[in-house]
Amino acid sequence: MGNYLVQRLATILPTLFFVSILIFGLQQLLPGDPAIILAGEDRDPSVVAHLHEKFHLDDPLPVRYLYWAGGVLKGDLGESVRIQKPVLDLILEKLPVTLELALLAIVIALSIGLTAGIVSAVFKDTFWDYAANVFALWGLSTPNFWLGIMLILFFSVTLGWLPASGYVSPFEDLKANLAAMIMPAFVLGNAIAAVLMRHTRSAMLQVLNSDYVRTARAKGLDERVVILKHALRNALIPVITLGALEFGTLLSGAVLTEQVFTIPGFGKLIVDAVFNRDYSVVQGVVLFTATAYIVLNLLADLAYFVVNPRLRG
Amino acid sequence: MRMTSWITRAGIALLAAVATIATVPGYAQTLRFGLAEDPDVLDPTLARTFVGRIVFAALCDKLFDIDEKLNIVPQLATSYEWSADRKALTIKLRRGVTFHDGEKLDAAAVKFNIERHKNMAGSNRRGELAPVTGVEVVDESTARLNLSAPFSPLLAALADRAGMMVSPKAAQAEGDKFGANPVCSGPFRFVERVAQDKIVLERYPNYWNKGEIHLDRVIYLPIVDSTVRLANLRSGQLDIIERMAGSDVPSLKNDSRFKIARITEIGYQGITINVGKSDLSQKNPLGKDARVREAFELALDRDGIVQVAMDGEADVGNQWVAPSNAYYAKNVPIPKRDVARAKALLAEAGVTNPSFTLVTPTTSDAQKIAQIVQAMVKDAGFDVKIQSTEFATSLDMADKGQFEAYVLAWSGRADPDGNLYNFDFCKAPLDYAGYCKPEVDELLNRSRSALDAAERKKIYEQIAATVLKDRPIVYLFHRHWLWAHIAKLSGLRTIPDGLVRVQGLKMN
Repeated sequence: MGNYLVQRLATILPTLFFVSILIFGLQQLLPGDPAIILAGEDRDPSVVAHLHEKFHLDDPLPVRYLYWAGGVLKGDLGESVRIQKPVLDLILEKLPVTLELALLAIVIALSIGLTAGIVSAVFKDTFWDYAANVFALWGLSTPNFWLGIMLILFFSVTLGWLPASGYVSPFEDLKANLAAMIMPAFVLGNAIAAVLMRHTRSAMLQVLNSDYVRTARAKGLDERVVILKHALRNALIPVITLGALEFGTLLSGAVLTEQVFTIPGFGKLIVDAVFNRDYSVVQGVVLFTATAYIVLNLLADLAYFVVNPRLRG
Repeated sequence: MRMTSWITRAGIALLAAVATIATVPGYAQTLRFGLAEDPDVLDPTLARTFVGRIVFAALCDKLFDIDEKLNIVPQLATSYEWSADRKALTIKLRRGVTFHDGEKLDAAAVKFNIERHKNMAGSNRRGELAPVTGVEVVDESTARLNLSAPFSPLLAALADRAGMMVSPKAAQAEGDKFGANPVCSGPFRFVERVAQDKIVLERYPNYWNKGEIHLDRVIYLPIVDSTVRLANLRSGQLDIIERMAGSDVPSLKNDSRFKIARITEIGYQGITINVGKSDLSQKNPLGKDARVREAFELALDRDGIVQVAMDGEADVGNQWVAPSNAYYAKNVPIPKRDVARAKALLAEAGVTNPSFTLVTPTTSDAQKIAQIVQAMVKDAGFDVKIQSTEFATSLDMADKGQFEAYVLAWSGRADPDGNLYNFDFCKAPLDYAGYCKPEVDELLNRSRSALDAAERKKIYEQIAATVLKDRPIVYLFHRHWLWAHIAKLSGLRTIPDGLVRVQGLKMN
């Protein structure tokens, strides 16, 4: 495992280097002079000139990349022009919000997706199987923003149970925090639950037909033990990979949900930054997300070792 | 089946959990204000967004303010006087005013602030104060602004961000980070800001006009989607929202729990035509021939546009100011739709089926306008193609002259100069049309040096007679600022600049 870990870690650095070039390069494809947008509707020429100078906009691309990459290596991701706050501060401010949202979403997705997947595999071709499949299809085909608005109209406007949007820190008021997070987390988790359900189902079906499960049953073990202890554990391997990948996606992909529920997280940060051409924020957030994605993949690979003893040899 | 009953139990538990999480009630005297965007930096010198000005209205007092009729009224200043040569403005200051850090607001502070606006790197106020050459401290409560030339829009600028006074001590200590912790002299002081989430202000107990302040806190919450903003108001999460969608008015009108307030904006919605910004202007009949532009305007039914695109929530108009504005040039009234005349003009110009592309940002209002205009002018023979582009990209195209016609709105300024000069003066920063006419430039400069309202009005009539015939911009309408608020909130004043004054606001 030690060798494997070193091998994997060695690939991370060059990957991050290429990712940083890609992020920087792609952003240059955004049309328009960022200084013109940042100068606001008055577009004072002296402000435009000042922004050009401040962000080295007149320098060649490689020079600008070096300015940025140099800062990143020193831990300085730059500053948001729009609200004049260091990008790192913004990330640290938004990260817990999106992490919480993603975590709650993945908990919801796992509880629904795993349960539905197991049920539909165990009760294959019964009413429960069909019901779970219909649910999965629904979850996959329902657009996030539509479901979000419907939930707001029902739970907030009609019933008045939950706040329509916004965010409260859990350290300030846990109850208010959960009240604000449950709908967006459900909306996010719902789509992933469907994917997880489909994967759990097929993995479970494969495992349930294997010899060792038959042996376990032949030994007279309780069906619950066979399913939850023997079958599920093996079936979980592909599901864990998927879960980790989805978690990475959630970090950056909560964009629509965060917009609809006005959750001040990563997704909202990056969308607003793109539209306002707040380049340092876009670069910082994307680099951070990419790094998180790479690290999560690594962790998922390591998790195989823990879950499946056969891989440890 | 044990497993199925477990699922049922889990489902019930989840539903119960949702039901027991109650909605959080707000403070009794807290105003929760739903904004349509997240404001930019809270430093009056650097700030550049409309929405930021809504927050400043509670945070930073200005030397002057404007009222419902766009009159300049005193705020931190009590009176003003122009010198005989109109090149000096003497301002008397209110006594006993302090900043939120306890520092005194005096003439020295005014001098510091005007100089900061003029000299700070990246200042957005430099243009507004360009003719100001220096500030003299006459005595503790009198400051004099010296000008290089008479400049009538100055008072209106001092009734906006250029007139906002920040604490010199805090500004010096914080430098360009001042916006993260602004210290002004308004009725509310800064508590905290979470980017894209909220801006919290609390009542400043030593405010000079504290009798008018009835709220303890104001929390500004940016919620971009108008449907979600309204849902928050309906579900009790907000007390007031700005820029409500016109299409939502009917559903809220009959709900006694809420009230709707409106006023016509000082800005406008129009279509900018490339008449000289780039070569494209000469390759297209619309940019090349004023008769084609006249035909285009005659093919428009402004009432129809307002009804369909804005649900009736706008006033039709054909100038940079609304017909209700004192500076509206009555010599150029709104033309009626006349398709026959439009066709005749096109025939005269020798292009019976002119074709051009109308660039529009992706906002729903702009897209609706583009589609309606496309359908209307078709009757006269125009073939309009619509190109929807994300706002920043569309602005870039406009800036580079990569357009033939462009749907563009302007948030407006209290003085007509702010709606006109930078758009129609040759090569001014907002002259997207590429309009250049020396006689218009001369008139525009004269309108700035004339201080007498009647004299200025006459100049604007002359400008209208030329510019509205050349049509670098075809003005369509002036939107209504629409606010919806809970019925128990009283004291809302509707000012055409769209900013909510917190003075007088009360929760009953």
